[in-house]
Amino acid sequence: MAMEITQILLSAQALDARVRTEAEASLRQFQEQNLPAFLLSLSFELANNDKPIESRRLAGIILKNSLDAKDAARKNLLVQQWVGIEISVKSQIKELLLRTLGSSAHEAWHTSAQVIAKVASIEIPQKQWPELIGALLNNMTQRDQPASLKQATLETLGYVCEEISHQDLAQDEVNTVLTAVVQGMNLAEHSPEVRLAATRALCNALAFAQTNFDNEMERNYIMKVVCETAMSKEAEIRQAAFECLVSIASLYYELLEPYMQTLFELTSNAVKGDEEAVALQAIEFWSSICDEEIELQDYESPEVGESGAPHSCFIEKALSVLVPMLLETLLKQEEDQDQDDTVWNLSMAGGTCLGLVARTVGDAILPLVMPFVEENIKKPDWHCREAATYAFGSVLEGPTAEKLSPLVNAGLDFLLSLMKDENSHVRDTTAWTLSRVFELLDIISSENLQKVVIVLLESIRDASHIAEKVCGAIYFLAQGFEDSESSSLLSPYLMDMITGLLNTADRTDSSDSKLRSSAYETINEVVRCSNLAESSQIIVQLLPVIMNKLQQTLELQIMKSDDREKQGDLQASLCGVLQVIIQKLSSTDETRPAVVQFADQIMALFLSVFACHSSTVHEEAMLAIGALAYATGAEFLKYMPEFSKYLQMGLQNFEEYQVCSITVGVVGDICRALDDKILPFCDGIMELLLKDLQSDMLHQSVKPAIFSCFGDIALAIGEQFEKYVHHALPMMQQAAEICAQIDPSDEELMEYGYQLKRSIFEAYSGILQGFKDTKSELMLPYASHLLQFIELVCNDKQRDESVTKATVAVMGDLADALGSNTKLLFRDCVFYIDFLGECLQSDDEQLKETATWTQGMIGRVMVS
Amino acid sequence: MAPPDHRRPYKRPAISDQQRRRELSLLRQAQSRLDAQHRARCLASSVLSLENPEPDSVPELELESKPGEERSEAPPKEFDVRQASKLRGAEARKWFARQLMLPEWMIDVPDRLSQDWYVFARPAGKRCFVVSSNGAAVSRLRNGSILHRFPSALPSGARTRDVSGSAQSYSILDCIFHEPDQTYYAIDMLCWRGYSLYDCTAEFRFFWLNSKLAETGACEPPSQYHRYRFSLVPVYNCDHSGLHAAYTGAAPYVKDGLLFYNKEAHYQTGNTPLALVWKDENCSQYVIDTDSQGNVPKQQQVVLELQEDGKLTTSDDPPVVFGCLDGDFIQKSGLCLGNLLRFAIGDGGLSFVDGGLDKADLCYLGKSNRARAFADSYSKLIS
Repeated sequence: MAMEITQILLSAQALDARVRTEAEASLRQFQEQNLPAFLLSLSFELANNDKPIESRRLAGIILKNSLDAKDAARKNLLVQQWVGIEISVKSQIKELLLRTLGSSAHEAWHTSAQVIAKVASIEIPQKQWPELIGALLNNMTQRDQPASLKQATLETLGYVCEEISHQDLAQDEVNTVLTAVVQGMNLAEHSPEVRLAATRALCNALAFAQTNFDNEMERNYIMKVVCETAMSKEAEIRQAAFECLVSIASLYYELLEPYMQTLFELTSNAVKGDEEAVALQAIEFWSSICDEEIELQDYESPEVGESGAPHSCFIEKALSVLVPMLLETLLKQEEDQDQDDTVWNLSMAGGTCLGLVARTVGDAILPLVMPFVEENIKKPDWHCREAATYAFGSVLEGPTAEKLSPLVNAGLDFLLSLMKDENSHVRDTTAWTLSRVFELLDIISSENLQKVVIVLLESIRDASHIAEKVCGAIYFLAQGFEDSESSSLLSPYLMDMITGLLNTADRTDSSDSKLRSSAYETINEVVRCSNLAESSQIIVQLLPVIMNKLQQTLELQIMKSDDREKQGDLQASLCGVLQVIIQKLSSTDETRPAVVQFADQIMALFLSVFACHSSTVHEEAMLAIGALAYATGAEFLKYMPEFSKYLQMGLQNFEEYQVCSITVGVVGDICRALDDKILPFCDGIMELLLKDLQSDMLHQSVKPAIFSCFGDIALAIGEQFEKYVHHALPMMQQAAEICAQIDPSDEELMEYGYQLKRSIFEAYSGILQGFKDTKSELMLPYASHLLQFIELVCNDKQRDESVTKATVAVMGDLADALGSNTKLLFRDCVFYIDFLGECLQSDDEQLKETATWTQGMIGRVMVS
Repeated sequence: MAPPDHRRPYKRPAISDQQRRRELSLLRQAQSRLDAQHRARCLASSVLSLENPEPDSVPELELESKPGEERSEAPPKEFDVRQASKLRGAEARKWFARQLMLPEWMIDVPDRLSQDWYVFARPAGKRCFVVSSNGAAVSRLRNGSILHRFPSALPSGARTRDVSGSAQSYSILDCIFHEPDQTYYAIDMLCWRGYSLYDCTAEFRFFWLNSKLAETGACEPPSQYHRYRFSLVPVYNCDHSGLHAAYTGAAPYVKDGLLFYNKEAHYQTGNTPLALVWKDENCSQYVIDTDSQGNVPKQQQVVLELQEDGKLTTSDDPPVVFGCLDGDFIQKSGLCLGNLLRFAIGDGGLSFVDGGLDKADLCYLGKSNRARAFADSYSKLIS
């Protein structure tokens, strides 16, 4: 069955594009026509030591890609294909893969180890490869095999553990795997290569070792071996051992107490003197301890019982030595580190850890950090000034505002002066620190606002990486005025801020578009947080400026796909700004006309933006159109003939589900804008929404939005919704059944369940209210099912507050719309009495009032 | 070297406005949806009918009606308050005039007064509706004309960010505007945050009024977003001590009689025997009508509505006939159907036969003040 494919595999890597394409095509053809034979042929190629390494390597890669893919749908397909292959063929392939581990060619066994793990990820959970672990362990005791077999086997064990879940192995299998791996780390017996592979394998196997860690003797032994390995001669092995310690810190935090003294010495030696890669892992160990303690603090259970995991206060106990150690790392900056976003070095890891320590211990960190800040902030060496600023910025989250505000107030002028420091690293970090100050503390007043704004608007002209952080500072500065009566403090500076940001967006000295989009996003926040009564004129003036810029993007020369992408990004930013302006101005009757006067032109621009991207609907333009429909109200009708085709495109965009989701939301906006004038478009819209609900391709997060949208449509068109009842209601009932089956232990799924429940109720509410007075009898056949679903939701005491609100409202709608017809239904159930009682006792006024109304509606039914 | 995946690039600016835009849009949509459904719920209970849709011949009083803003089509028969607030001129006057619950004069003491009734001292001043919605509060007098338009701490009464409710929700209070201290005394609550209280008992409405109004900050002294202070009126049970407190007790306002409300009564528009008013010289300085200079006229005056057949009637339902004008007089004076006419009651006074009005000695004085929307009620005239 297997075929000789060496030549094709080699041709597929040929320099000659024509030869290569032809070979690729025939491989694809083989794969499509006979997948089992194809995979078997590849396995033979990979296992055969006589074949050239190039063809063996490619055979391994194709095998791996035939079993796994990043895209979930594709991966699912590949798994199904593998499962469908005849058992004897699969056994043969697996046998060949295991045999390859004994090959002396590194690339061959290395690739085979990865393929074995992919097969294991499919078969071990299904108990279809029970002999794998035994076969691998057997390799560890073979004498007459090449030395690399042990290394290959340990690597395979590591990959397998990474792929499968700890529930998939029996405890005795775990024990033997751990024994083999820990033995592989033994210094006396094994080569560095074997020990490295063993240490890396242990890192992946740790999650399986709960039982072993619970046993003190086994735990002591594992910890001893890991700590010894962390002092190995070879840096790579030390790094792998520290990675194990990082993993142990988060998996077995509550068992670490006896080892902390040793671990502290190990890590601090590494931070101070070891190679950077090792030192970074040592810092990461402490960051992980912080993560655990922060989580324990965040979810501190009020009752002290066996359930609550103990907080060992490791950070607090180590604080006086830990903090100085981290402060030292801040001085180890690299030149030009601020130019590159992806850089990760000692100083950054140290600052990150310092920030986590501050969040863990709060005020206690300040006396340890402030002397360092004061000592270094004026030193001539820029490293000192930057480290001091970075340290200060890092501890702004965690300590109380009472402690921080005086420090920040006292230091603000100096921080502002550092924005003019001769060194760009210092200016960069200062801008970042200022943005943290504005984000986390409330220290801006009428006295200091002016000087802050002046400095920021000067610094926004600095190098682009600094300007980007200044945008962040302005963003958070503006955000501080949100929801506050003091928003008028910002009004005098609004014009200058917006002008400065527009100039920044127009800069051409930045290699990528990040600065530009930061500038536009900052304009958004400034507009959102402005005092509308005082600044409406400025915002109204901004509208045509942004429209004009959007117009210009339509005239850009598009030479290559890169240009198309840039155009799309710029349009996204500008549509975003338009959306924010439209939403801001349409929030009051006085300013809404300012949007409406431009509505025709704005809509024309959005339609042009759609038109220049043939394949997909532009997400930001769609989002902005929702805001425009809200602003124009019934006037929006005139745009519908042209717009509805994009609406339909959006509703059919399964791949970019965000676009689909936003489009569904826009349908709701249009329903409310047009009321029953949306009727002529409803057939098309409903058809697509129903198709969306039935599709497996569409991301599930869109489905709740669709149910809510049913409610919007029903409320808009009232009794005209009749013709959709037979299609929509069964889907709502079906979705209600799904809600009933959600596993309560799956938090993520529960969250989705709440969205779904809320949206189903919103659909019912809209339909019931829409039919009230004229067609409410149409809903009679569904009343009992609805009430059962309501009961199911009521019985879940953990339910989200927004679900409670929707539930109590729909119950009132049911009584209101169907009136005395529901008397028997309500009389036969008691749950709603307790539920209403619960709602009436809530602290939420809105909920209480809805519950009062519902009580009245049900009361009316009961006396009818 | 790259940072571990879960450590966010710490020093990078963390603004991601796109997600925020999406979330804010969703928030706006959710709020609008809530408002729309909310509105659908409220309308049912607060739709009030406009009984007499035929045009009123009384000229425009509405100061803020602008040309072109007039509704050209005939108004529909049913309105909710928000639609009604768009009405202009005569329609608005007519509509609003019919929405207040008007007490009858207390002629005899109801049964179970002490158990079933509340009493409170009525503040002297202008009776009005206060509707707060969409970032402003508007007070309208009984004739529908606007008294004030102002920012208020009432729900949705000012253009501040109101976290507790949507901008679309509205509240309606039945108030008396008391000039001396520029305060609105709330005597009843009709709608609160969009929920109608029309169908609730007075007991509940007063409880709700008492517990909700202060929470909003509406009772605080005036400030930038709150131009007029609101205040509650102390309401007592009609037992001996309650009556005593209402009748003689000190009040922060000038008293104008006592109002009695039946605890079980729903808010019923127009005259109702479930709300009663009592005035004597101890609890009101306005026992009897005064002319525009504040002088007490020598003769009692009445305002009656002219009917088709020349009959003069009160505003009661059914109307009580007080007299009749002959056709010649009507023609000569240029009067027409529905006009409100002011009469003096002559020396003959009112004479009763078998407990019903027999005849009244009426002297025609002229058309009534244009700001009036109603004829007087029977119970006022005979008390």
